Amino acid sequence: MNLNSLDWRKYLLGVGAGLVIWWLIYRSLAPVAVWFTYSLLGLKSGSHLAAAVEFLVFESPKVLMLLTLVVFVVGIIRSFFTPDRTRRFLAGKRESGGAVLAALLGIVTPFCSCSAVPLFIGFVTAGVPLGVTFSFLVSSPMVNEVALVLLFGLFGWKVAAIYLGAGLTTAIVTGWVIGRLRLEKYVEDWVYETKAGDTVSEAEPDGPARIHLGLDAVQDIVGRVWIYVLIGIGVGAGIHGYVPENFMASIMGKGVWWSVPVAVLLGVPMYSNAAGIIPVVQALLGKGAALGTVLAFMMAVIALSLPEAIILRKVLKPRLLAVFFGVVSLGIMAVGFLFNAIM
Amino acid sequence: MKKIQILGIGCSKCKTLMANAEAAVKSLGIAATVEKVETIQDIMKFGVMTTPALVVDGQVKSAGKVLSAEEIGRLLGN
Repeated sequence: MNLNSLDWRKYLLGVGAGLVIWWLIYRSLAPVAVWFTYSLLGLKSGSHLAAAVEFLVFESPKVLMLLTLVVFVVGIIRSFFTPDRTRRFLAGKRESGGAVLAALLGIVTPFCSCSAVPLFIGFVTAGVPLGVTFSFLVSSPMVNEVALVLLFGLFGWKVAAIYLGAGLTTAIVTGWVIGRLRLEKYVEDWVYETKAGDTVSEAEPDGPARIHLGLDAVQDIVGRVWIYVLIGIGVGAGIHGYVPENFMASIMGKGVWWSVPVAVLLGVPMYSNAAGIIPVVQALLGKGAALGTVLAFMMAVIALSLPEAIILRKVLKPRLLAVFFGVVSLGIMAVGFLFNAIM
Repeated sequence: MKKIQILGIGCSKCKTLMANAEAAVKSLGIAATVEKVETIQDIMKFGVMTTPALVVDGQVKSAGKVLSAEEIGRLLGN
């Protein structure tokens, strides 16, 4: 793409104008929801129906708008981090510091879950330590920007921050433990015989191209997950108005210590993307389940799954696969217990 | 005769890329074969780290992206 400075200015102006319009609409969502519920529909203040309608009319556009903005920004950030660059960056790093870096890079390096195996081989054969590679593989699906926005929008910044911290910690600890156990011999032999190929050297995208990548990400991700978001908010609206609280408290409440391990054991074989699991989280939390238990369930569903185990078995011998699933499961359980204890 | 290979272990993105490649070949009207490479060992021989990847005559042209038919057409043009 050959662009002169005039085009540059046009793109910057476009993005700036978009942000201003976004902010103006976002700010007016709350008064519009109030006006819609009480003036237009004439619902009585304080009724179940009014509470549910106001929640629905306010939350749906709010969360979708937040999602669009965050996916756009993450899409642009990701254009700076290719898997290739991340690999070069992590190669030869020491276990301890490398695990922290890998967990952070896992958030911003784009790759689809079906690339887990080629990525694993690419990292290991290029000299990225095994533990560091695992930190990356854990944090990348577990710390997900869509889940982060949804948790922020529906439950506030504290829950979102807890999720972010817990995901990163689990990823770092997993990598550190696997590194310490010296399990390199439990990687299938053919992996180390594979040559670390140079990937395509693609041209660095320029500014306008990065904006396009951000817009592509919005189209792709928001286009796929908006329906889950609306289902989640719908469930939330129903709970908000109607379902008695503490419905789940007796089986998933704070007082029931075994609910955390059971939630993790149930969640590990299941697979869902982050957006699909949020409605369930919403429903469970709203009915009195404890936050730690629900977060543990959510993280287990997102981070580990039976299909993933089958794919990874091609490169990991059973013992390493078992250690990987075991350590991540234990880490998630610890997160669950911790948050049930302090929240 | 160009040889186009689609590397990927069968996720939905790989299928989209395959369809786009076939559409590109058709609209250009060139002689080319399009085939899938689905086993991990074979995929790794190309040294790619992300799938789906597009290979033309043994050369990796793109990895980790679903190119549109037009973009593939441009790659095949030269």
